Parts: sequence; structure tokens; C-alpha cells
Amino acid sequence: MPVTEFFFSLDWTPSEGRYGALTFILGSFMVTGLALLMSVPLAVGGAVFMAKIAPSWMREILRPATDLFVGIPSVVYGLIGLTVFVPWIGKTFDSAGFGMLAASLILAIMILPTILSVSEDAIRTLPTSLEEASYGLGATRWQTIYKVLVPAASPGILTGIILGMGRAIGEAMAVQMVIGNSPLLPSGLADQTSVLTTQIVKEMTNSMFGSTVSNALFMMSLVLLLVSLSLIILIRIVARRRAM
Amino acid sequence: MNSKFTDKIATGFFWFVGLSILAILLWFMWEILGKGLPHLSWDFIMGMPEEVMEGGGVGPMLFNSFYILILSLIFSVPLGVGAGIWLAEYAKKNWFTDMVRLSTEMLASVPSIVFGLFGMLVFVTVFGLGFTIIGGAMTLALLNLPVLVRVTEETLRTVPDSYREASAALGATKWQTIRKVLIPTSLPGLVTGITLTAGRALGESAILIFTAGVSVSRFFPDFNLTSSGETLAVHLWYVRSESLVDDAMQIAEGTAALLVLVVLVLNLLIALPSRYYQRKMAGK
Repeated sequence: MPVTEFFFSLDWTPSEGRYGALTFILGSFMVTGLALLMSVPLAVGGAVFMAKIAPSWMREILRPATDLFVGIPSVVYGLIGLTVFVPWIGKTFDSAGFGMLAASLILAIMILPTILSVSEDAIRTLPTSLEEASYGLGATRWQTIYKVLVPAASPGILTGIILGMGRAIGEAMAVQMVIGNSPLLPSGLADQTSVLTTQIVKEMTNSMFGSTVSNALFMMSLVLLLVSLSLIILIRIVARRRAM
Repeated sequence: MNSKFTDKIATGFFWFVGLSILAILLWFMWEILGKGLPHLSWDFIMGMPEEVMEGGGVGPMLFNSFYILILSLIFSVPLGVGAGIWLAEYAKKNWFTDMVRLSTEMLASVPSIVFGLFGMLVFVTVFGLGFTIIGGAMTLALLNLPVLVRVTEETLRTVPDSYREASAALGATKWQTIRKVLIPTSLPGLVTGITLTAGRALGESAILIFTAGVSVSRFFPDFNLTSSGETLAVHLWYVRSESLVDDAMQIAEGTAALLVLVVLVLNLLIALPSRYYQRKMAGK
């Protein structure tokens, strides 16, 4: 199998010996991007709320609640996607309901607590003098949040977003249950598609070890591994910039 | 007045965001427990699964979940806690410590399905064991390891230096200080960390599909380390995507509710008393 075919071809037809994995690589990034688009505003807003606005009783409720989000197993997220989101999307878009949108919605909720807790820490650990100086200049709370706190905490928030992205790219089971698993690039939000992780889950159990399919799947997991390692290096670079 | 008005709107917006997050969670819990709890019965929780007939139970899966969890903790806790203690108390600031820290972070970021394939390669293919409980538990231990290291190190760092100094002043050696002072003081933090790890390991499925397999032993309970051991989380996935039974949806919903209940109870049983103990230790 030529390397260029694996990375640059959209055609995945193992029965005829064609192993292009570009669909899955692009799919992984598209689904993750869409999930981030939905999750980040909610997570950062929630982080600001918990760090600066919520009264302490509200914080006491929200903190265990976000912990609980982390505790829900990913297959259970998948099942909720299957029983709630898929029928709902199916009705709205007049399709089967399985596909990119359902997967992104589930992922957005799964990565919400990661982004939220890291961002909240970043906002909470800012020196209070920043906030006081801003109020001293007559700024309102919204102006302080928007012009001072969020920009000052941005390296921490970025770290949270990268961690969330890593989790979303690597998630397999929940996505596999709702994405539809057809090896085609989606042309719309509700189209069925497949990503790196789901393709591995779908085909690994029925492929012989050492066969070309199995090798291609191992290659995909290497791509996944390299992506998640480079995300860690990215976080290190962000952290170093913050230290400076 | 204009900026004050904007500020009011913004405050309202942030309240809305906070309440929506809470609402999503409540809605999810309602969906999981509301749909799943009616399916839970003694026969379901303790019964044997069925391949084609309706009315299969999840007894062996429940047993396997805990069996694999405990085995994986036996493999990972000594190594993880040990490494955490080393990082917090012994490690000097040099390139080797940096390497250990980087490796831990990288291990933490590896997608679980990649661990699954790694475990399959090592235990199923190279060692030729097939799908086994021991292979699943050892691969799962890799997932636990970085979390345990980080939690241990963080907890030990919160112990005030005055404790170490007082212990050293009384003539205690470093090992005595760690064993008699640092570990007892940080025990609540360690227990909370292990509970969180356990909750995550209980819900893990991608690793176990490729290492412990999707079938269970005919005997129950079966302590044999080399039989295949499907867990609750794997079963939930399996009945929804591969199984032939007619009541797959009911089984999946019941399993989901059981799984969430187990994680909740685990957290309440261990995390709450330890949090209380922690507050008491801190003198609040």
C-alpha cells in the first residue's frame, strides 16, 4: 500500500484493495472542530460564571454537577445520542439522523467539563489586582471580564480547549454509535460519515492480524497517537509563553 | 447608562449559561435513569445474558466490571502512587524528571482506542492469550497510571512544608516521614483520586473490546484470569451494535442506568466521607 494513497486518497474500498484514509483524517478534524464550536462558548461562559459571578451556593451545586458529567461513561453518552439526538436530527433534517451533527453534539457535551474546569482555574488564579485596577478605572463587571480577565486568562483557556480537542479526537465508542459509519466525506451537517476512531472500531474486530486492512487500521491509530502527542507539545508551548 | 445596561445583560447571559449547563446534566440524568431504572430487576442484574432470546441479564458483566477494575488498580496503584511520591518528594529538577513528567502527560493524552490496539497487539497477538481478563486489566492499568501519578503528586504538594520539617526535627528519616506523616495526611486526597480513576475505568469500553473481548464465561462467577471478560460498558455497546436479541434497547437502557448508578454510588460512598475528613483535617 503506497503511503501517498493512505494520506491523500478519499477512496476506502478494502475489498478492491483501495485504502485511502483521508476521509477519516478530515472527518476527525471536522467533527472535532464542530464540537469545539458548540462547546467552547458554553464552557468559557460557564467558567466565567463559576469563577466570578455565581454565588457560593450555586458554585456548590455546579462543581459536583460538572464532576458528574466526567463520570458518565462514554458509551452512555453514545446511547443518549442514539435515543435522543439521532431521532431529533432525523426529524429536523428529514434524514436517518445518524451523522456528523449527532456525533459533534455528543462530543461537545463530553468535552464541556474539561474545558470548563481548566478555564475556571485559569480565571480564578489571576491576581486580584488586575480586577481591582479595572474596577478602579470605573469599568463595569462585563467590561472587566471581556477586556481584562478573559484576555489575561487566555493561555489557560487555550490549554483547556486543546485538552478538550484531544479528548474529542480520541473518543471512539460514543461517536461510533451515532455517526452512521459510512466511509464518505459528509456534504452536509446531517450526512453519515466515519472518523479515524470509528473506522478502527468497526473494522478491527473482523480483520485478520497482518492483513492489509489491519495494517491500515494500525496506521490510523498511529496517526491518532501522533495528533494527540503533538497536542501535548502544543500545550507545553502555550504554558511556556504564559511563564514568560 | 449604556455600559451599565450592557453589564446587566451580560450578567443575565452568564446566569443563563450556568443554568443551561445544569439543565443539560439534569436532562441527561432524567434520560438515563428515567428510561433505564424500570428495566432494573434482580433477574436482570444477576441473570445470565442471552444470545438470541429475550430477557438476558447482565450478572457476569457486572462481576467482570469490578473484577477487571480491581485487578487494574492492583497493577497501577503501586506504580502510580510510587511515581507520584517520587516526583513530589525525591525528584530533582533535571532533564530526567522533565522526561518522566512529559511521559506521564503524553500517556494521559493517548486516546483509549490506541491503548486498546496496543493491548491487543501485546496480549492477544504476541503473547497469544486471546481475549482475556488479565490482558484487559493490564491494558486498563495503563489508562489509570497517569491520573494516579498526577493526583498523588498534587496531593502531596498540598501538605505544608512545616509537617516535613517537624518530622525531620524529631529525627525521622525521609521514609519514616513519608510513611507516618505524608501518606496519612494526604490519604483523603489519594482516596478521592483513586475513586475518580475507578469511575473512569468502570466506564471504559474502547480498551476492553480489543483486549477482554465481547463474550463472557459460561460460569458465574468465574475468577479465571485467562477467560474472556465482557464488562457492563462493553455490553452496552455490544447489544446496541452487534447483538441479535429483540430487547436490545431495553438491555442497553437498563445497563446504562446500572452503570451510572454504580459510578454515582462509588463516588458517594468514598468521595463524600473523604471530603468531610479532609475538611476536618484542615480544621474547618
